[in-house]
Amino acid sequence: MSRMQNAVVESVKTVLGWVPAQWLPGGTPDPLILRRAAIGRQASRLDGPEKVRGQARFAAEVAMDRLCYASLVHSTVTLGRITRLDTANAEAAPGVILVMTHRNMPRIGTLALIGLTDLSAVGNSSLPIMQEPAVRYNGQVVAAVVAETQEEADHAASLIEIDYAVDTAKTRFDDAKDKARTPASILIEKNHVSVGNAERELGRAPHRVDNIYRTPGHNHNAIELHGVTVAWQGGSLVVHDATQMIAPSANALAKLFGLKKEQVRVLSPFVGGGFGGKGLWDHQVVAVAAARLVDRPVRLMLSRDSVYRMIGGRSPTEQRVAIGADADGQFTALVHTGYSIMPPYGACPEQYTLGTRALYRSKSFEIVQRHVDLDVVPNTFMRAPGEAIGTFAVECAIDELAHAIGIDPIELRRRNEPDRHPISDAPFSQRALTQAYADGAKRFGWERRLAEPGARHDGEWRIGMGCASGSFPYARMPGANVRITLRRDGSATVSCSAQEMGMGTATVQVQHAADRLGLPVEAITFEMGDSALPAGPMAGGSSQTVSVAGAIMAATEKLTGELLRLAGNDSPIAGLRAGDVRLVDGGIAGINDPSRRESYRSILARAARDEVTVSAAGSAPLEMLKFAMHSSSAIFCELRVSKVTGEVRVDRLLGSFDCGTILNPKTAASQFKGGMIMGLGLALTEETLFDERSGRIMNATLADYHIPSHLDVPEIDVMWTGIADPRSPLGARGIGEIGITGVAAAVANAVFNATGKRIRDLPVTLDKLL
Amino acid sequence: MAIRINGTDVAVPDDARVSLLDLLRERLHLTGSKVGCNQGACGACTILVDGERALSCLTLAVQMDGRSVTTIEGLGSAEDPHALQTAFIEHDGFQCGYCTPGQICAAAAMLREIEAGVPSYVTPDLTAPVLVSREEVRERMSGNLCRCGAHNGIVDAILQVAAERAA
Ligand code: FES
Ligand code: FES
Repeated sequence: MSRMQNAVVESVKTVLGWVPAQWLPGGTPDPLILRRAAIGRQASRLDGPEKVRGQARFAAEVAMDRLCYASLVHSTVTLGRITRLDTANAEAAPGVILVMTHRNMPRIGTLALIGLTDLSAVGNSSLPIMQEPAVRYNGQVVAAVVAETQEEADHAASLIEIDYAVDTAKTRFDDAKDKARTPASILIEKNHVSVGNAERELGRAPHRVDNIYRTPGHNHNAIELHGVTVAWQGGSLVVHDATQMIAPSANALAKLFGLKKEQVRVLSPFVGGGFGGKGLWDHQVVAVAAARLVDRPVRLMLSRDSVYRMIGGRSPTEQRVAIGADADGQFTALVHTGYSIMPPYGACPEQYTLGTRALYRSKSFEIVQRHVDLDVVPNTFMRAPGEAIGTFAVECAIDELAHAIGIDPIELRRRNEPDRHPISDAPFSQRALTQAYADGAKRFGWERRLAEPGARHDGEWRIGMGCASGSFPYARMPGANVRITLRRDGSATVSCSAQEMGMGTATVQVQHAADRLGLPVEAITFEMGDSALPAGPMAGGSSQTVSVAGAIMAATEKLTGELLRLAGNDSPIAGLRAGDVRLVDGGIAGINDPSRRESYRSILARAARDEVTVSAAGSAPLEMLKFAMHSSSAIFCELRVSKVTGEVRVDRLLGSFDCGTILNPKTAASQFKGGMIMGLGLALTEETLFDERSGRIMNATLADYHIPSHLDVPEIDVMWTGIADPRSPLGARGIGEIGITGVAAAVANAVFNATGKRIRDLPVTLDKLL
Repeated sequence: MAIRINGTDVAVPDDARVSLLDLLRERLHLTGSKVGCNQGACGACTILVDGERALSCLTLAVQMDGRSVTTIEGLGSAEDPHALQTAFIEHDGFQCGYCTPGQICAAAAMLREIEAGVPSYVTPDLTAPVLVSREEVRERMSGNLCRCGAHNGIVDAILQVAAERAA
């Protein structure tokens, strides 16, 4: 965002600061916070039976007549241009239908980059897609082959010969730091925050730490490969995609190929894991273009190697965190600055300092991020972008400071717990991190930790405990739409183009709609995964659940009005207004006089209607601007480090979360644990190895990029405060991302406690501990 | 030349390059077997060959001539699910569900390996009968990756089925 947009957001926030809270969404807490039946119940996933039987249909599994297969060729150089392109052998190979390169790819524009200012934009890269001989990063797509079978396409792709004229590329992080840019904003926050004079405070603080922390690049590595099955039907386009952004992808493809919105349909009922990686990238565009040229349906499933080459991951970072504290351990200075990669054609600013702004009180702050420009596949959002690695730096620094002062790290955090947002001074909507720590410490047995590092041994092993805070902001997306159809038989269908990547989207929204409409869960159907349905928001920023919930709330209000109108004057509820009634037990009843009630069945029968349908969009999420809304967590870890090999084994991991209402304990526990397990990978094994000489990723396989496997994962304990957020729909805040935050620091802090070695460079591999 | 797949004979494809996985997914539309890497690193394509687990992405279809292959589609049905399928739902042993068929096929064969007394890297005593334990299950299932992080639920589901069988 520009300086001008900064000013607009700031002034909206200022105005909202004066607006009474009751006037805003969440001003009056959602009545369902106190009155819930299905919500909060331990329910198994509705799509479980399909998933365990292999019947859930993913994008690359849709059968089609005359289907053909595509295979891609990637650039092997980083910066340059194609000087010779020989496709003759490929074209002559058996089964080949088309070889597509920049020479014959249909002329199209470029994608608009994801940005919170234009909700329909979903591009991860604004570079032209196979439109010119220029190559901008190593692994960029330069050719596609379409053939009758996958085997034929893959073979033919290997026969394409390409020569390049190579230019000197920017591939070294350290060299590019000199020319780093300082953007005005990071997402919708002002980038540079300076309160007081942090460097001076730091200089005179009796206690201080000041260190550099490094985190490497990461890849999402959803087990489902990116895949798409595309068909042109007349002038219309059908795209079966694996995507976290169904409705906006349909819009973006329509724009790119000069179609009307209604002419593009994107379907994605199941996504085999996303974590930020399943957005709109070059492969969907290439598949759509190829399908047009061959005039047949095309399937393009990326190889794992292709996923690494052309789908960006999390940027590496170098972060400085310095904290100064007075004699009582109260912070007088908090400095968090650093560098991450963001090429000018990318969309993701890896917001590693945003969480820091809300975590602690301090007399002074100095916070700023700088963007390094390299010639690489543009990095993108990956599970808890920013917070996942920002908390590593900050929460290790807290532990270091606690050790320097000689107090317990939980006590140090408690002494600096803010009661309002430390920088904006906005009130927190709800925050109980101190309670989450107390509950977690008790369950974990934190009192058994020895403050002295390296004091606990068991044979070959040194044993240590560590803890750290996690944090993730609340977000509700504007522009979430749903349709509700209520039928005379007492059933209802809620429709929204939302996406399911394992969060339990349908399961939880069915629980919600049941309570909202006063119906049993069996009566509710939730339709999703299709851009032909009312447009839902993208699944990102842990925002889908509350965004869709907000839209269901709005639609229910409309439905109530509609039912009161249909009930007319002969009904027991005649004369009551929307504010006087609630939906309960399959009908409408007065709030003050529940004996005045009529069932949906009776209302619709009298009105001679089979069903009633309403559509609505969720209210503008102004609550986010008036209140500081964050989830937080306390992560505890106990581990062993081998004296012989330096190997780290995590024995116990506990997450104590403060995330608002928990809608379904079973699926929520799974999401928390899933995030924490990805956090274990972040802490101990995961690293995208980038060759700074060639600009090429060296470990583009699941054999060489190590995600946690069963033996790496201990039994994980999760618990939550369950305190509702009075400002959000259902009192809920998102839970998909917070699990990963804080984990890397908890592990690194435990490693320090076990060994006395402070590792500030992720991942904490054994070579660093020998 | 035929492969018996879930009880039905299927002709071996003419193209020798076709993997068992691609035969299943692209030609027979048995898409319950998943593809996460095509190189033996993730386990999503795990199926059973004559009752033993195998990675179908690393198996050429022509090698399966005369063998009997069972995929997730042949393991249980809607009316009569396999005990592991029921236990996975009960213990929430998946999120996105993509690694799930591979995990279930692997688990089915893995429990038989333990029953048959095949030891593993974590087996404490190589001379005693192998016992089902959390540690054994974790080690033996490590070839099946799950990025959603459903590991605890998967292991719980498997242990429950093992306990039911032992009872
Ligand atoms: S697809 Fe076979 S092991 Fe990954
Ligand atoms: S459930 Fe998604 S990868 Fe295992």
